[in-house]
Amino acid sequence: MGTVKLINGNEAAALGAKLCRVQVVAAYPITPQSKIPQTLAQYVEAGDLQAEFIPVESEHSALTVCISASTVGARVFTATSANGLAYMHEQLHWAAGARLPIIMALANRGLGAPWTIFNDMQDSIAQRDTGWMQVYCRDHQEILDSIIMGYRIAEQISVPVMVCFDGFILSHTVVPVEIPEQSEVDAFLPPYVPHLRATGGEPININPVVLAEPCANASGERCPSYMGFRMRLQETLAGAGATIFEVGRAFGRAFGRDYSYFVSEHRCEDADIVLLTMGSLANEAAVAAESLRERGCKAGVVAIRVFRPFPSEALRRALARVKHVVIFDKNISYGNEGATCTETKAALFDGGLHPSVTNYIVGLGGKNVTAADLAAAVLKAMETQTQLAPPQWLGVAV
Amino acid sequence: MSKKKDRFISACATPVRGEAGRTGDWRAERPVIDPGKCTPSKTKKPSCYLCWLYCPEGTITRGIPVEIDLTYCKGCGICAAECPTKAIRMESEEQFFATECPAPEPETPKRRRRSRKAPEGKGK
Repeated sequence: MGTVKLINGNEAAALGAKLCRVQVVAAYPITPQSKIPQTLAQYVEAGDLQAEFIPVESEHSALTVCISASTVGARVFTATSANGLAYMHEQLHWAAGARLPIIMALANRGLGAPWTIFNDMQDSIAQRDTGWMQVYCRDHQEILDSIIMGYRIAEQISVPVMVCFDGFILSHTVVPVEIPEQSEVDAFLPPYVPHLRATGGEPININPVVLAEPCANASGERCPSYMGFRMRLQETLAGAGATIFEVGRAFGRAFGRDYSYFVSEHRCEDADIVLLTMGSLANEAAVAAESLRERGCKAGVVAIRVFRPFPSEALRRALARVKHVVIFDKNISYGNEGATCTETKAALFDGGLHPSVTNYIVGLGGKNVTAADLAAAVLKAMETQTQLAPPQWLGVAV
Repeated sequence: MSKKKDRFISACATPVRGEAGRTGDWRAERPVIDPGKCTPSKTKKPSCYLCWLYCPEGTITRGIPVEIDLTYCKGCGICAAECPTKAIRMESEEQFFATECPAPEPETPKRRRRSRKAPEGKGK
């Protein structure tokens, strides 16, 4: 078994990468993630991690370096937040389309304008279309564990993984975290073998222009069209459930913490109303549910752990008998509503389920959200039966 | 349940000469090398070859003399800009049209096709 240490979320992320024996780290500092590349640089300098630490000049370069290094067979790692993630946006699409098993630690932070350095999920939610797997960690232990599992999943299915966790709330707070032994992680992670081998003998063009129709390559072999390659990414990511489940189960056997689930459920078996959220807010939601239960309201909590691929099946199962779902989003798709709300409603619709759904936009730009706030929001939602209302903004002092 | 292993995960291709087409057709100016100034030509030794190094399209061969493949050279002028002895001049393509793209031979008059409609103003 591992050693328990008092560390913050950033250190947990850096330790995760170190234990996975990453070979190339290319990252640029940004609040609140700066301690991640800093810590990794310290490990490399001390000789505790045999890796190339590349202090790139921008986040776009960070991911580009990761793409190149991963292509030639290095296990790579990067970390960013907010505007840094936005800066590498085009390369997020590239990394996914190139099917590279890049792991990124993402300390969730709001985007400018106006400037904020504090937490919300707009940054990673805005990248949900890129083809990356996304997990939202509810605590520090999950950050470290998700990075280890991330490499095993990513290298198996050739899809990059974004391990998201709330900036400041998790990145900067210190709690006991169990650090697995290096030998245990070595046993859990097979070595990385890239799906495409650039041997240096015969030159190859990687990700050339691919046309709209399949066509023959130089050897006369029929190759997929652009849409064919993109369909493969979708099939792989959408179909990754079994792999995610199996790796989560194997992690449980190896390290004692089982992750064979996409959403976690708290007191949902007899719940009339469910609080639905992601990340650290799930912990507040659990406290809110207990307080609501004390007041005679049968509340439960569903926390989404794996957001991409979107866990439609798991949500339908969890919400099948629920009358009212109150969805708390630390993000909003402007002109519509919170992303979790939209995607959950779609999953419910596909299953013929029609609970009442209320969407609250919370916590943007680091606005503190307490269990009491969540409980009050739930009671208000039940009172006013705000089905078909636009998303409600929680606790905004204008 | 195991699926047949799909060998197409991401796109790759074997580089093929000229796979982007005859990019030389895009040219408005072409590089012309003065062997009196070009170092490998003057010294009769493999040397310099900065033009080869800088060419973004890989159209230059490190021979004596240096050869530029005009089928693919796009006329970007980087070789001329980089040549340390200013041995390369960029010259307008127009002057080469007469010798390289001569006007086609005038057509021998064809037998006029029988037309259904009588041409205006003329008797049948």
